[in-house]
Amino acid sequence: MARYLKRSLGQIAFVIIGIAVINFFLLRLAPGDAAQVMAGEAGSATPEYMAALRQQFGLDQPLYVQFLSYLKNVLTLNLGYSFRQGMPVSELIALRLPATLLLMGTSIAFAVSVGGTLGFLAARHAGRLADTVISSVALVFYATPVFWIGVMLVVVFSVLLDWLPVGGMASIESGLTGLGYAADVAQHLILPALTLGLFYLAIYTRLMRASMLEVYGQDFVRTARAKGVRPRRIALRHVLRNALLPIVTTLGVQLGSILGGAILVETVFAWPGLGRLAFEALFQRDLNLLLGILFCSSVVVVFVNLAVDLAYTVLDPRIELS
Amino acid sequence: MVHIGLWKAVAGAAVALVVSAGLAAAQDARDASAPPKAGGTLTAIIQPEPVILTAALNTAAPTGIVTGSIFDGLVDYDANLKAVPALAESWETSKDGLTFTLHLRDGVKWHDGKPFTSADVKWTLEEVWKKIHPRNQAIFAKVTSVDAPDDRTVVLHLSQPSVAILSSLNSNGAQVLPKHLYEGTDILNNPYNNKPVGTGPFVFKEWSRGNYIVLERNPEYWDKGKPYLDRVVFRVIPDAAARSAALEKGEVQWGVLSPVPLKDAERLAKLPNLRVSTEGYEWLSPWLFADFNVERGPLKDVKVRQALAQAIDRNAISKVVWFGFAKPATSPIPSTLAAFHDAGGIAYDYDPKKAEALLDAAGYKRGPDGARFTLDIDYIPYGDDYKRTAEYLKQALKRVGVEANVRSQDTAAFTRRVYGDRDFDISITWFAAFSDPQVGVNRAYWSGSIGKNIPWTNGSGYRNDKVDALISATQGEGDPEKRIQLFKDLQKTVLTDLPTLPLVELKFFTVEAANLKHPKASGDQVYGSFRDFWIDDGKPTEAKADTPKSN
Repeated sequence: MARYLKRSLGQIAFVIIGIAVINFFLLRLAPGDAAQVMAGEAGSATPEYMAALRQQFGLDQPLYVQFLSYLKNVLTLNLGYSFRQGMPVSELIALRLPATLLLMGTSIAFAVSVGGTLGFLAARHAGRLADTVISSVALVFYATPVFWIGVMLVVVFSVLLDWLPVGGMASIESGLTGLGYAADVAQHLILPALTLGLFYLAIYTRLMRASMLEVYGQDFVRTARAKGVRPRRIALRHVLRNALLPIVTTLGVQLGSILGGAILVETVFAWPGLGRLAFEALFQRDLNLLLGILFCSSVVVVFVNLAVDLAYTVLDPRIELS
Repeated sequence: MVHIGLWKAVAGAAVALVVSAGLAAAQDARDASAPPKAGGTLTAIIQPEPVILTAALNTAAPTGIVTGSIFDGLVDYDANLKAVPALAESWETSKDGLTFTLHLRDGVKWHDGKPFTSADVKWTLEEVWKKIHPRNQAIFAKVTSVDAPDDRTVVLHLSQPSVAILSSLNSNGAQVLPKHLYEGTDILNNPYNNKPVGTGPFVFKEWSRGNYIVLERNPEYWDKGKPYLDRVVFRVIPDAAARSAALEKGEVQWGVLSPVPLKDAERLAKLPNLRVSTEGYEWLSPWLFADFNVERGPLKDVKVRQALAQAIDRNAISKVVWFGFAKPATSPIPSTLAAFHDAGGIAYDYDPKKAEALLDAAGYKRGPDGARFTLDIDYIPYGDDYKRTAEYLKQALKRVGVEANVRSQDTAAFTRRVYGDRDFDISITWFAAFSDPQVGVNRAYWSGSIGKNIPWTNGSGYRNDKVDALISATQGEGDPEKRIQLFKDLQKTVLTDLPTLPLVELKFFTVEAANLKHPKASGDQVYGSFRDFWIDDGKPTEAKADTPKSN
């Protein structure tokens, strides 16, 4: 185990630096640079203005100088500075991180718990009415575009019924604090979390149902049945536990992409998350910021992978890490 | 054709509705029967999110919209684009046109309490407008020196008369920065760029990235009794459907620069709690045009360019593509700049038959597949309306036997392609003409900037010594009449050579809450301030003395 961790950590460092280097050169393939975007947005420009911007952004340096300073930053865990936003990248990410974690955490927790339960129920009643209903609903949510669900939820619950706010993360106008503020954020969170959650929910429902049914077909379940173990106990102790491995794998992939946020949902609901930040940074050629976000994402991905490997050994003691 | 006819009818009806609703609403907004009421929060849409909160360093629209309430202009512009006093109470030009003097208002303070003086203006002009500002380097080019004989007087000495200066002195055109916070610093990286200190009616409070910007009432504002609002909140709402919903529901009360899709505007205009108006954009005077790459392929031939111009129905573009939020353009100088606008009798009326004849005559006969040649059309990626314009052009050109590929890319790639690599045939984009064509129109024709990768300059690659001479003459001509003649000659020449085909004059619109009250929108209201805005919540108010506007 210790040897495994030691080797893994070595690999992780190598992978992260490799990704960072590839990102650096890959992003420079995009035509145009940040100064051009700024000048483009300004609606007017002169050569002097462009030169001043390029100098400000450090784009007047030769590529290898830019690369070396980037590499130095990565090795010292310094994410650099976003000249466009006038702020250190780490600060920008830290500002957006809570919103992203809240949205993604809530929707994934909702999806795993509700989706898992529904899948469990569907598998236990395979072929009967409950299964048909659950499977159909899951299919509908799976097939419907996320942004469309979002817009429809807004139209129904915000505009027509006037129960929930249209977007944003809090009512800025009200100046609430403490519990009032938390309740306000929770109210704003319902629609985006639901929109995102319904899509994920469909995935977990289908996955849980399929993997439970597969386990139900195995010999040890037949043996348990023959021994006279009660169906509920079979489902919970024997089948569910074995069926969890694919769920954990999927959850791992999803948690890995958590920093990428959900651009569509964040856009529709004006949620100030990291996904939009990354998306806008790409269009604005704010490479320092984009590299910073990608770097953090790669770190999260590799560590979640490691955590998933460890979780396997807990769920199924037969799996060994070496 | 029936199909197009139907569309025209629908679009026409929509326009009539929107315009009439807008007019009725505008009437309403100006209804001065009730005295302005103090208090309340105005929530406005800001989209896209600004990059920086200092318009002196970045003239992008979102920065202008937010900072218009934080910084006063030296002057404001009324609906006829006439300068009215703001930070400058009066101004005069010497007889020879070589000295321009501004008399500043007394008792104006920066938000941090320091007095606003002529030293601030002098410093900003010398260090920012002349050195960094993306537009003003050209406007203030003739300024040789600036004097500040006392705290309230600024004297500009010019090498040649410079009429355009007075057309660009508002909060967006020439934002004055506080010298005491900027002097001796790295201006572009100064922390105050994102927490601005101005003299305006509202004080910057907070900017939550990707979320909102909050401004609060400036209690020390020089125009006593104003502003009426306690707070202004700008919310970043990236999705167009969500913007419509937020306006419809009343969560936001103000959105400028066509905040919702054109087809939604019609629906929102009919709602009792909203109004849609196209006032307040006169200072911008946007015009949409097609740049022909005169350095490439068949478009090198002026006959071909003139032929293509007649294959394009500008009426259809304004009515069908732009849902009536546009007016066919006849000249690069929009009709809103009435003094300068004159197509010189040159019109390229829609006439596909004649276009075909001209193309035949130019030696581009239809091939066996019916096509004469193929062009690449690129459009500015600012939304569906621009894309539809490109698609309309593709169809219109196909009718006269010219095939076209419409290509999409993001802004950085677009400006690089057009202004740097010059790898295109037709590019569709818009410029703000501003209230003096020297600022917004000359740049499309001046040959000095071709291929230097400077966005929003001469994209066609058109080089004409006569035009360059005219442009330089307009910059130094002090006699307004002679200057107008120069611009008329310029229009005539460029409309004959046709490196750039003016398509339509865009009409941006504002969506606002019906209970948001304000005087008639100024000519630069989109970048102006909320100083005179107030919310009529319908409740009776205790009589409050209305301070007369000091100008």
